[in-house]
Amino acid sequence: MSERVSVDVVVVGAGPAGSTAARLAAENGVSVLLLEKDREVGIPVRCAEGVGESSLRKVLEPRPHWIMNTVQNAEFISPSGLHVLVHVGSDRGFVLNRKIFDYELAQMAADAGAEVWTKAYAYDLLRDSEGRVAGVRVRHIGREVEVSAKVVIGADGVESRVGRWAGLKTLTKMHDMETCVQVTAARVEAETDRFYFFFGSQVAPGGYAWVFPKGNGLANVGLGLSGDFSATRKPIDYLQDLLDKHFPGAAILTTVAGGVPCSGTVEKLVTDGLMLVGDAAHQANPVSGGGIAPGMIAGKIAGRVAAEAIREGDVSEKRLRKYVREWDREVGKTHRLFYRIKEGIFRLTDDELNRTAKALQGLAPDEITLKRMFRVALMKQPKLLLDVARVFVG
Amino acid sequence: MSLVAVKRDLCDLCGTCVGVCPVDCMELTETELRIDAETCILCRFCIDICPIEALEMKDE
Ligand SMILES: Cc1cc2nc3c(=O)[nH]c(=O)nc-3n(C[C@H](O)[C@H](O)[C@H](O)COP(=O)(O)OP(=O)(O)OC[C@H]3O[C@@H](n4cnc5c(N)ncnc54)[C@H](O)[C@@H]3O)c2cc1C
Ligand code: SF4
Ligand code: SF4
Repeated sequence: MSERVSVDVVVVGAGPAGSTAARLAAENGVSVLLLEKDREVGIPVRCAEGVGESSLRKVLEPRPHWIMNTVQNAEFISPSGLHVLVHVGSDRGFVLNRKIFDYELAQMAADAGAEVWTKAYAYDLLRDSEGRVAGVRVRHIGREVEVSAKVVIGADGVESRVGRWAGLKTLTKMHDMETCVQVTAARVEAETDRFYFFFGSQVAPGGYAWVFPKGNGLANVGLGLSGDFSATRKPIDYLQDLLDKHFPGAAILTTVAGGVPCSGTVEKLVTDGLMLVGDAAHQANPVSGGGIAPGMIAGKIAGRVAAEAIREGDVSEKRLRKYVREWDREVGKTHRLFYRIKEGIFRLTDDELNRTAKALQGLAPDEITLKRMFRVALMKQPKLLLDVARVFVG
Repeated sequence: MSLVAVKRDLCDLCGTCVGVCPVDCMELTETELRIDAETCILCRFCIDICPIEALEMKDE
């Protein structure tokens, strides 16, 4: 016999998106249960931990002990090894310590009143007599629990099964899955004032490699390829090449695998009694794969909308769509555009990338805006140029 | 008969394969990746996407 528990909102997955959704729902006065399958929130860290300050501030005031390093520059390295340095200027980047960051986001949800269960694996949905989503079935440390809930929030990351159980199309196409490996290594010789991005068909086809320094010679070094390319050669082999070539002296302390859905937001984000946030909803930036801030922005909106809907006694798809509209306005629309830009950038040949780098090298770092970079890179694709202009000007 | 096998000593439990499985026949818990061979259509997507080659096709 399984036990029964009843809450207003159940959130599946305690990553940045799920914990933020749980906190906002709790802050807006409804009862919340946050489920995490692993024994501890925040571990393992499958992430390079980079986030833009201004994006993070849309959700939270950053706390100093979350931040391991602050960068003002981005350095791009072309296939032939040409370096282009760009000042990011006022929008600084942080390298977070996600072990601490994710943990505290869950604690903030708990402090707002949410219950948290770890080692709690959601394996199916509950339905009411009319077939609407009405909760989740959970295996929690040796017991089976039926958690009935007015709203289920699927924040289960790249796997995104909760959405699929509800009939939403969260399957990621091979082309759009960035398949990644990363090491955290000591003795990495790199400047700490910048993020490094390496491009090229021999480096990371359909993706890029990164070095995000954390200070004291420690850095996250990793890469992601489009799933179009990972059948013939694996990310781990590309990463070994990168380490041999650029960081032969590095000492590896951690290795992780991971994937990011880079398709832009799934078409349908909500159904009666259910919402999706974060990687589960494919809300990472399709160009960079950055999903921390977008997931938290989505969680912030979804948590509040869920609470409002419950207080009004209407958790229908129509009512929950308020979340979709707000997400679209804040981020979703831009990501659709970014998806087209990604398709343009990742289609550039090594020759074209080298020529772009060469053209940009003539400019001073201060003159190189992202806008200008894209303009040079996409010179031969006027349609995309227009899209880019719309992002950065409009 | 063929089936997809998990190399347990390699698998990092990252979930990337689960995200591309067209028939949702993979289950990833804290400690284990399981594949329901009854439902699996042997499309190889999971094998092809795995970042570290932790899956293989086996003949029984
Ligand atoms: C190698 C790599 C590098 C990256 N680098 C960056 C970066 O530098 N900056 C950036 O912004 N983004 C980066 N990303 C992307 C970023 O990590 C994700 O977008 C972000 O973690 C998504 O947050 P989330 O809350 O949606 O999901 P996650 O953080 O993945 O959390 C989902 C949680 O749900 C749990 N879960 C899953 N299924 C169940 C279930 N059935 N029951 C209970 N719990 C469940 C999981 O255990 C997990 O804890 C990177 C990704 C990878 C793979
Ligand atoms: S993608 Fe590979 S490493 Fe990740 S869970 Fe699947 S089999 Fe394991
Ligand atoms: S072979 Fe295809 S159907 Fe079978 S587990 Fe892998 S992805 Fe799923």
